[in-house]
Amino acid sequence: MNPFPSLRALPGALAAAAFLAASAATAKTIELLNVSYDPTRELYAEYNAAFAAYWKAKTGDDVVVKQSHGGSGAQARSVIDGLQADVVTLALAADIDQLHARGDLVPADWQSRFPDNSAPYTSTIVLLVRKGNPKGIKDWDDVVRPGVSVITANPKTSGGARWAYLAAWGYAERKYGSKDRARDFVTALFRNVPVLDSGARGSTITFAQKEIGDVLLAWENEAFLAQKEFGSGKFETVVPSSSILAEPPVAVVEKVAARKGTTDVARAYLEFLYSDKGQEIAGRNFYRPRSPAAAARFASVFPRLELFTIDAAFGGWTVAQRTHFADGGVFDQIYQK
Amino acid sequence: MSPAAAAPRRGTNPPSFRTMSSARSSRAILPGFGLSLGFTLAYLGLIVLVPLSAAFLKTAGMGLHEFVAAVASPRVLAAYRLSFGASLAAGLVNMVFGLVVAWVLVRYSFPGKRVIDALVDLPFALPTAVAGIALTSLYSQNGWVGRWLAPLGLRVAFTWTGVFVALTFIGLPFVVRTVQPVLQELEPDIEEAASTLGANRLQTIVRILLPQLMPSLLTGFALAFARALGEYGSVVFISGNMPMKTEIVPLLIITKLEQYDYRGATAIAVVMLVSSFVLLLLINLLQKWSRRYHAI
Repeated sequence: MNPFPSLRALPGALAAAAFLAASAATAKTIELLNVSYDPTRELYAEYNAAFAAYWKAKTGDDVVVKQSHGGSGAQARSVIDGLQADVVTLALAADIDQLHARGDLVPADWQSRFPDNSAPYTSTIVLLVRKGNPKGIKDWDDVVRPGVSVITANPKTSGGARWAYLAAWGYAERKYGSKDRARDFVTALFRNVPVLDSGARGSTITFAQKEIGDVLLAWENEAFLAQKEFGSGKFETVVPSSSILAEPPVAVVEKVAARKGTTDVARAYLEFLYSDKGQEIAGRNFYRPRSPAAAARFASVFPRLELFTIDAAFGGWTVAQRTHFADGGVFDQIYQK
Repeated sequence: MSPAAAAPRRGTNPPSFRTMSSARSSRAILPGFGLSLGFTLAYLGLIVLVPLSAAFLKTAGMGLHEFVAAVASPRVLAAYRLSFGASLAAGLVNMVFGLVVAWVLVRYSFPGKRVIDALVDLPFALPTAVAGIALTSLYSQNGWVGRWLAPLGLRVAFTWTGVFVALTFIGLPFVVRTVQPVLQELEPDIEEAASTLGANRLQTIVRILLPQLMPSLLTGFALAFARALGEYGSVVFISGNMPMKTEIVPLLIITKLEQYDYRGATAIAVVMLVSSFVLLLLINLLQKWSRRYHAI
């Protein structure tokens, strides 16, 4: 082996380094950290590239956005414990509320800093069934029938599962007109659940790969992804007559961004989510866009159904969390009976 | 005929005491005691005691009522039963079969022995999540093993048995690796001598082999048991996490954290810490006792 080929490459490398140094003198490279939750990997992989191009064209600066993904609550805790996130894009407003309550990392009115409750895209909970829909599942009422096996994650550990629980509860309360009936409905639902994975991705794997259960309560985008990943012939999406409007919110972590001097670019990063391009990317990754124009373009992708908000049906996250998911709450009571 | 394993210990203990007592007055036989003890204490303090005392400090802010509510709710009690029960069962099974594996690896030579020897360490090296997912797909209803068990009415994945299987898997190397070196030191001559003196096989095992192996077996058991208590990654996949049925204690700690209930989480952690410490202490005492017993 010739030990010197690397030496021959040296002048080239030096020239490249000099070039990079020269260009760095005129254009800055800014680094952002976006701390997000599990199912947004594909969305932000595409979005970050688009934003970098946009920002380069606008200001000449390079932006490198780093991503961190995990369970929404765990991610919020990491930021509270000192992970230097410039922006957070999480599953629940309650998790960003904690950033304010513990450490004052975001202002109290963070949710009014961006349009639409700071949720640039929405999603909902749908029912994923096996090909041909052998159990004939059409709506939430079929999910609680005896003999139907339901897969969902543990609402205590999974944000997505909390949405699914609330979707079922909201459907029953509106249809049968009382909280008691809704409680019976949800109790019957969880009696049909053989496994509670700790996260939404885990239950998708349980359903799709291990072939356990007849119906998966899934994020709409996870349902689309599962069909894409495992072949569209294997599963069918059943859209219930009504479900919950999930609004995954975003926020600038003001305290961290101010210290790093990235406040402007962090804000622009989140604002760009509302632009035509941002909305387009959200739609392509199976999140429902907010802007009417983009929504119209994706109308054939996203089925229409009645969507209720958590504020209207439950009085907001804080109340819902306390009544249903806190220790000793309704969910615990279901299992302690 | 006194066993080789215990002899060096009995030999070294008295001098080390002498080192301690005479360090001030005269020259120690083994120098460096003060320095190394100081280093040991500082190191243990930094690595073990500081993080643990943080857990105690966090719970110290709780009222007694709040503490009891956090650590003694029915759901948490069910989790203690599962965690301690399954860990104990897995530790005991590993104690028996780990001994068999170690015995075969030490006493016999056969083709592929080195490969099998290396396989024993695999549960150490494998990321626990990988182990959990692999075990779950094996034992679920349509898995390679699960599909044969299902018609017999045996369900492993998502039941108590699944937790037990995962904990047995991760605990195996601890017993094998602690027993192996002791077995290697034991000369087959001793067994032959026992045999020539008229002992039958059972007597040889019970009166000659087991007493000498007991201390290392107990150590292996204690390690496997302690590891199983803390195991999270592999178990959450196979347990199914059903409240009151298949939730392990570490999962409940995560659940509390998920609700930003730091104090509740550390309260459960403290209960686990104290009970594990007491159990390990008991096992240590038992080990000491078994050593003295067989040394006589």
